[in-house]
Amino acid sequence: MSLRESLSDRLANSLFGPLDPAPNAGYDDPPARKGFFTDTSVCIGCKACEVACKEWNDVPENAFEMLGTSYDNSHSLNANQWRHVAFIEKPATGARADLGMPTVGAPPSDTPDDEKPDFQWLMSSDVCKHCTHAACLDVCPTGSLFRSEFGTVVVQDEICNGCGYCVAACPYGVIDRRHGPADDPKVGIAQKCTLCYDRLTDGQRPACAQACPTESILFGDVEELRRTAEERVARLHEQGIMDARLYGNDPEDGVGGTGASFLLLDEPEVYGLPPDPVVTTKDLPAMYRQAATAAAVFLAGAAAAFLRRKP
Amino acid sequence: MSGARHRGSPARDSIVPEAEFASYYGRPIVKAAPWEHDIAYYLFTGGLAAGSAVLGTGADLTGRPGLRQAARVGSLAGLLASVFFLVRDLGRPSRFLNMLRVMKVTSPMSVGTWLLSLHGPLAGLASAGEAVGLLPSRWQRGPLGLARRAARPAGIAAAVTAPPVAAYTAVLLSDTATPAWHSAHRELPFVFCGSAAAASGGWGMIGAPVAEAGPARAFAVGGAVLELAAERRMEQSMGLAAETLHQGKAGRWMKASKALTVLGAAGTLLGGRSRVLSVASGAALMAGSLCTRLGVFEAGLASAHDPKYTVVPQRERVDRGR
Repeated sequence: MSLRESLSDRLANSLFGPLDPAPNAGYDDPPARKGFFTDTSVCIGCKACEVACKEWNDVPENAFEMLGTSYDNSHSLNANQWRHVAFIEKPATGARADLGMPTVGAPPSDTPDDEKPDFQWLMSSDVCKHCTHAACLDVCPTGSLFRSEFGTVVVQDEICNGCGYCVAACPYGVIDRRHGPADDPKVGIAQKCTLCYDRLTDGQRPACAQACPTESILFGDVEELRRTAEERVARLHEQGIMDARLYGNDPEDGVGGTGASFLLLDEPEVYGLPPDPVVTTKDLPAMYRQAATAAAVFLAGAAAAFLRRKP
Repeated sequence: MSGARHRGSPARDSIVPEAEFASYYGRPIVKAAPWEHDIAYYLFTGGLAAGSAVLGTGADLTGRPGLRQAARVGSLAGLLASVFFLVRDLGRPSRFLNMLRVMKVTSPMSVGTWLLSLHGPLAGLASAGEAVGLLPSRWQRGPLGLARRAARPAGIAAAVTAPPVAAYTAVLLSDTATPAWHSAHRELPFVFCGSAAAASGGWGMIGAPVAEAGPARAFAVGGAVLELAAERRMEQSMGLAAETLHQGKAGRWMKASKALTVLGAAGTLLGGRSRVLSVASGAALMAGSLCTRLGVFEAGLASAHDPKYTVVPQRERVDRGR
């Protein structure tokens, strides 16, 4: 293989398209890519994931107010919120799946089912997607954000200088610069889910997956999770839950598939997720070409301005 | 009920009906860049520095000492201001040198940092030579004399490295998920280069004697025309996010920018030979350039704050694909 071929082989799909991120980042023989599959159809909105994440990662308090948005008072994913449980209240639709949950709760009642309140709750624990093509990592000018051997995207706190570029680059609005008292060593720098890098290196599951009581949050090898997700959505479709859909598990999508994928019961935007995110660096070669042309016009214009005869 | 279906931003005086789209309690999806106006000012000062470096060298090579002097002052002042604004806007200003740990082509900010690190010292040396030239001739020996002699070659190298400094800031903004910035990626480099030429030409018209400022006037008018034309085209190709350039703060800055740029260019064409009109037109062009930068900056933030600009175009793309 010529140098040119080996280089183009190495760079193929580096900015866009299907790819295994860890070998592409230069790891020889890395472990299998790790990720989450969050099955929102069995999420009960208990927020154990939020609490476990904050406890393990020492993430400070976020919003401390009643937001009036159903049971969601943690607002959004941000520097102080690495797992965020969304609550959507809406009229019930279609068939109800038997989720195999233990039957506790209301005693038997005489009210017929069709006279009970027509009501449905969607709950979903959102998290950093650990994209195959991660815009935050691509644009980071200090090398603070890096691709781990597990294929995840992690911030190195001591290197980040808080330029904020990753914040604007993330198509999901996940990563954020932390605000707070200046004596906190992590204030002013970018913060987000690390997929519990420190636990992974020790052979443990991330804290949120460990704490999830319904296995809505599954942790494992991305390949395997994608198969699990396919099986799960097929089963729900068989049960008549046609709203069930997968989000992020297609390697052909705009970010090359995500390390953390989801099973949703409505359109992504209902959960505050972008319906068709595309990594911004996909267009970077075109942007540089346009800028180079503009720069050439700029220089030629200046030269032309001097070419006229002196008065 | 949560009302997962939301209308977009409050209806304005528009014949076009607001797009219906779903969102999570109307909250933003992408996050706005956590940048203060410092970055908009930097877009302006960086453009001023780059254009002035080119003008200074042109003036040096064509024997226009007055224009050369003015341009080299503009180049140095623009550079110093740029570094100040860039460092001040960091979450951890004391770590600004971490930018130089790596060289990453996928990061326009990294590319820009290295461009500035290359261009800055060259332009600084050319400007230093200018300052040495003002000293009494008996002091112009030794290292100072060397700086004076290095001014011309340094200036030529600075002129070659200046255009990328003027153009990359457009890529810096466009390489984000911010709808108004990303969707402008084809035309924004031309808008910013035009704006830089208008600002630096305007500075030259203010600082140089009228008789020597011909090239500054031509550069300024050319820049103004390029900026206005590219901006017009940009609005047509941006899609939905183009409306952020007409609303709120961004709308006011863009309106001011157009008025000042047109006024400045017209003043330059009609009254370039008058000292008073030259200064006024130059100032108008500089102010117009600053307004353009602030307008584009604010439009980006507005487009990130409203989920409409993220959801609607993506939803249309998905629905077309079905």
